This record gives sequence, structure tokens and C-alpha cells, in this order.
Amino acid sequence: MSAGQPREKSNLKVAIVAGGVAMGMVGVAYAAVPLYQIFCQITGFGGTTQRADASPQQALDQKITVAFDANVNASLSWEFVPSQHSQTIRIGEQALAFYKAVNTSRRPVTGTATFNVTPVGAGVYFSKIECFCFTEQTLQPGQSIDMPVSYFVDPDIVKDPDMKSVKTITLSYTFYAVDEEPVKTSSTTSSQHDNTVN
Amino acid sequence: MANATTAHDDHEHNPTGWRRYVYSTNHKDIGTMYLWFAIFSGLVGGFMSIMMRWELMEPGIQIFHGLAHMVYGIGDTSADAIDAGKNMFNVFVTAHGLLMIFFMVMPAMIGGFGNWFVPLMIGAPDMAFPRMNNISFWLLPPALILLVLSMFVEGSSGTFGVGGGWTLYPPYSTTGQPGPAVDFAILSMHLAGASSILGAINFITTIFNMRAPGMTLHKMPLFVWSVLVTVFLLLLSLPVFAGAITMLLTDRNFGTSFFRPEGGGDPILYQHLFWFFAHPEVYILILPGFGIVSQIISTFSKKPVFGYLGMAYAMVAIGLVGFIVWAHHMYTVGMAVDTQAYFVAATMVIAVPTGVKIFSWIATMWGGSIEFRTPMLWAIGFIFLFTVGGVTGVVLANAGVDRSLHDTYYVVAHFHYVLSLGAVFSIFGGWYYWFPKMFGYMYNPTLARAHFWIQFIGVNLLFFPQHFLGLAGMPRRYIDYPDVFAGWNYVSSIGSYISAFSILIFLWCIIEAFMKKRVAGDNPWGESATTLEWTLSSPPPFHQFSTLPVIR
Repeated sequence: MSAGQPREKSNLKVAIVAGGVAMGMVGVAYAAVPLYQIFCQITGFGGTTQRADASPQQALDQKITVAFDANVNASLSWEFVPSQHSQTIRIGEQALAFYKAVNTSRRPVTGTATFNVTPVGAGVYFSKIECFCFTEQTLQPGQSIDMPVSYFVDPDIVKDPDMKSVKTITLSYTFYAVDEEPVKTSSTTSSQHDNTVN
Repeated sequence: MANATTAHDDHEHNPTGWRRYVYSTNHKDIGTMYLWFAIFSGLVGGFMSIMMRWELMEPGIQIFHGLAHMVYGIGDTSADAIDAGKNMFNVFVTAHGLLMIFFMVMPAMIGGFGNWFVPLMIGAPDMAFPRMNNISFWLLPPALILLVLSMFVEGSSGTFGVGGGWTLYPPYSTTGQPGPAVDFAILSMHLAGASSILGAINFITTIFNMRAPGMTLHKMPLFVWSVLVTVFLLLLSLPVFAGAITMLLTDRNFGTSFFRPEGGGDPILYQHLFWFFAHPEVYILILPGFGIVSQIISTFSKKPVFGYLGMAYAMVAIGLVGFIVWAHHMYTVGMAVDTQAYFVAATMVIAVPTGVKIFSWIATMWGGSIEFRTPMLWAIGFIFLFTVGGVTGVVLANAGVDRSLHDTYYVVAHFHYVLSLGAVFSIFGGWYYWFPKMFGYMYNPTLARAHFWIQFIGVNLLFFPQHFLGLAGMPRRYIDYPDVFAGWNYVSSIGSYISAFSILIFLWCIIEAFMKKRVAGDNPWGESATTLEWTLSSPPPFHQFSTLPVIR
């Protein structure tokens, strides 16, 4: 019976350690969020593209096709299309492509784009020097703009055995509305806007 | 002195009536409550599966639009009714999965048998934290109520309930279903998770600190080993799940963007977090079953378990490797070839310790004086069915093969063979093995055998044809299918009715045992039942081991 006291103490110790481990694992789950982002940026995991300041010095003779894809989230009333279906460029050569966006709503709208490439393994070799996707875009009602992407494909791609069969890389953008307001409120504001105009 | 204390305990601290259960701090009473709770949830989840099989018996939509109209009163026009029915089918798929995992298998194995027999087997008077044990149990009924409520509030606009599957993948669980149903389900999982984490802390402390003198870790019965490994998996994986669903909750309600691409998040990250929890979770569901089966096989082969240490450390190995294979559930999300190759290899490695266990059970039986009493039937049934499920698991581990089988009925057949047949058979084995110990009465062995054989035929008829359906390309989680799949779906549904009938026998078997009151005696299985619980009376005294047993 006298052994009760120390045992309870050591029970508490084990419980505190175990509870600490559980809390620690919650922390690990949250730590995974930034770690995953960094991991994707460094390794090109999931088709995350790279960012560069300048194109490489020499381009190879070998060519590769880059196809362009555009999507708009339902919350954003924009038209958004690539100006060219695809470009065939030399590997390492810097190229310029355009996307065209039109604000079809009756109020200024701010959008931001997410992007990736497929096949996802090509992400690490696809570098963008200048891109509209790096910043938020605000369009006035009815305004249309051409948005440039300046990019190149890293010559190292020819050394990667996994990329041997890749002849086409598809660059894809999806535009989302930046406004935090839900769609319902935005439609009411636009109708109010109509009233004042009239 | 010791006797005086015992007498004191026995006479003054035995609450009666409803207080005995609601205020209970007794591991045996709490274990019993867990078992009844598991039976109740199993019946609800089983009812849902029968409705789904009834619907899938023939191509076309037969019952769910009517069911939706009955329950929710929506669907005045026929097109609306069909849509409501489709949604309700998805809600049933989701609820069936969550119920069976969190409210049936886990409470039965860990809360039920774990609470009952871990303290008895290690010679402890009770769990280390009896009041925490009470909280662990009583968190579950509110969790179950929240889950049931989620089926009656709005999910995606105009429909009721959570319809995205038990995995709760975003974006469907965030922007796809704006109604509060998903919030109810998430909070339900929070409560169930808190219950399991508290239980895990309790078991770890009990097993580390409260073993009787001489009961070293390497002398512990394998069931205790299996619970020890299981609760460590719970402790390490469940908080990650809690974190992930909390992120879902804040993404839904508080404007964070952990999983929303427009805010810089990534929905795939949820899948990584989820499967980092959910792969260990499937081992949590099966490991205690390994322990139960080891006890039963040894008892009825009248031999100690073959390769005891190998068996114990095989479970440890399965637990460890279980943490580094999660992405084999996500081969189709677009991972690099090398990453997939790693996950294929790591997954296949798990077949090694699992094989050690299967062969050790067979070696235990080999040359033993085998007695085919009811628990032994379930244990051998378990070994057979679990092996079938394990083999299809090795098939699915291949990233290339998985491309074509992902989200087909082949996967459904695979995990039902290891869980619905493997884990559940081990639970029934444990039930029939320990029923006389827990309640003091012997069941009617003929009824119990009938339950086994009818369920064995039923579940095989139910799930084996689903391999064929999956290989032929039938996707899971749909209310309808092309006519070409009609034949095997019909067979599968017949199988589900047969297994439902066997559950009625199971229930009758319990009622019959309590009506007939055949006294079981302290040890109905003979001298080969060597673990400490058989040295006590049946049912065991309210407080046991006031004088600690000494293990030589």
C-alpha cells in the first residue's frame, strides 16, 4: 500500500510524456504546411515551376513543345484564354507567350492565378523569368489585357532519364477572385451599382 | 490489512443502478459499455450497408430516391428525388465508413477488449487513470450523436449530410459542401479522436507501470503487446488527423487557406496529412485482432505461440513501417516515378512481418492438439480471410497496377477482406473466447457455430465477387452502374443479406445465453488457457488482484 505514492507519481510522468508527444504531433501536422510548400518549390514536386532572373547562356538545338492551358474559377467573372495554343522552342531558349483576360462583369475585379506544369516531373526544369502570376491583377469593367509570360526550359532536362519521353510540357493557369466576399454579396453590390449608374 | 482494504472496497465503492455506468471508473464496466456501444454502432453501420447493397442489387436507382423522400421530405418532382437519392447514397457510404471505423472496430477492440483484458492479463487492479477512462468512453456517445446529426443538416446546397467519403478530401469538403453537415462530422471526429488519444495515454501508462511483479515486457501476453503497439500508433497518428481536420474547419469557416489553391494552399497536402494518419489507422484496426487471434490459436492448439518474440516484434515492425507508406493511397495524384517506386517497395516490405505472423500462427497449430471450439473457428477464418486481403493488398501496392484499380471495387473488396472480414472476425473470435469470462455464462455453441458458418459464407459471397467487378472497372461510391456489372452485383447483394441474417443469430445467441444462464466456470477452455484472466472467477470480481499475482 505504501508503494501507491511513487507509482502515482511515475504514472503521471508517463502520462505527461505521452500527452506531450500527442501535442507535438499536432505541431508536426501544422509544421507540415510550410515545409510542404518549401519542399514543392525546391523539388518542383507536383509540377511547381521555378523562378529565374535570366535565361541560360546557350540553348540546345533540341526542341520541345510548350502547350498553354487556362482556367477560371467559378467565383470570377473573367474570360481568360491563351493567345497561342502552343509554342515549339529550343531547349534553353527564352520565349514569350501571352494570355488574354477580359473582365466581363460590371465592376472592377481583382484576380490571382495559380499555376503548374504537367507532366509534374517537368516542374523543376520549367523556369519563369517574368509572369503575370507573380502579382495580383485588377481589371476594370470590360477591360481586356494581354498578360505576358517569359519562360525557358532548363537544358538539364535532357539529362533526366524520366524526362526522355517528354515532348510536350503543358503550362496551366487557374484564375481565382481575390475578394473574400462570397459570390452572393458581390452580385448584390453589382446590382446596386447598376442602380446608381441608371 | 490487504483483506480489510478489499472488503472496504467491495462494500462501499460499488455504485449501483445508472451511477455504476455513468460514473464508472471500473475498467470492466467501461469495457462492457464499449462493447455494447460497438454492437450498437455496428448495427447502425451494418443497416446502412444493407441499404446500399439493396440499392446496388440491380442496375438503376430503386430505393434511395424513395428513402430520401421519406427521411428528408425532399424530391417532389422525380428528377429532384433522384438527385436527393444519389446524394443520400453518398451520405450512407460516408457514414458507414466512419461508423464502422471509429464507432465499431476501435471501441470494440481497444476500448472493449483492451479495457477488459489488458489490466487482467498484466495482473493490474485497474487502468492507471480510471477517471480518464470514464471520460474516454463518454466522449464517444456525443461524437456518435454529432455524426448522426450531420446526416440531417444541409451539406452541399439543397441536400443533407456529408457525401464525400470518410476521407473528407477538400475541395469537396471545404467549398463543395458549404452547409454545416461537414462541420458536424469534423467535430464528431474531434471528439472521437480526443477519446482515443486519452485512451492511448491511459493504456501506455498502464502497460508500462502497472504490470505485476515478474511480468516483464517479454512475458506479456501477445494481446497486451498488440494493444501496446496500437496505442503508440494512435498517439503518433491521431493528432495529425486532428490537425488536418482542424485546418479543414478553419478553411471552411475562418478564411484560412491551408487547402485552398486561390490562397496559396494545396488540396493534395490534405491527402498527405490524412493518409499519414489513416494508414497507421488501418493497422490500429487490425493489430489488436492479431493479438486476440494469437491468444485463441494458442489456447485451442494447446501449445504456446510459436516464435513469441518474433510475433511481438513483427507487430512493432508493422507499426513502424506503417508510418512510411502512406502515399500508396495516392499514386494517382501525380508523384514522381522515383517517389512511387519508393512507396511501392516500402509497402511490400510490410508483407514480411505480416508473413511472419501468418506462418507463426500456422506453426502454432502445426502438431498441436487442435480443438475446433467456436473461437478457434473464428480465428482460423480470420487467418484465411486476412491472407486473401493481404494478397490483394500486395497487388494494389504496385503503382502501375493501381493506376487501373484505383477507386474501383477491387479496392473495396481488398479492404473489406482485411477489415470487415479480418478485423471483424477477430472481434467475434474475441467475443466468443471471452464471453464466458466477461459475463459468467456460456453461450449455445451450436448457435455460435451457425453464426460463424453463415457469416463466413455470407461475407465471402458478398466481397469476393467485388474483386471481379473491380477488375472489370466498376468504380466505387456510385449509386448506379452499367448493366454489364449486374450479375456479380446481384450475387454480392445476396451475400450481404446472408451476413445480415448471421448477425441476427449473433444477437439471438447473446439473448439466449443470458436467458439460459449456463454457468461457465472460471476457465471453460481447459489448462491451455494460460493467461491471468482465467485464474479469476467468471465474471471476475469487481476489484481484482488486491494482492498482486507474481509471475515466475
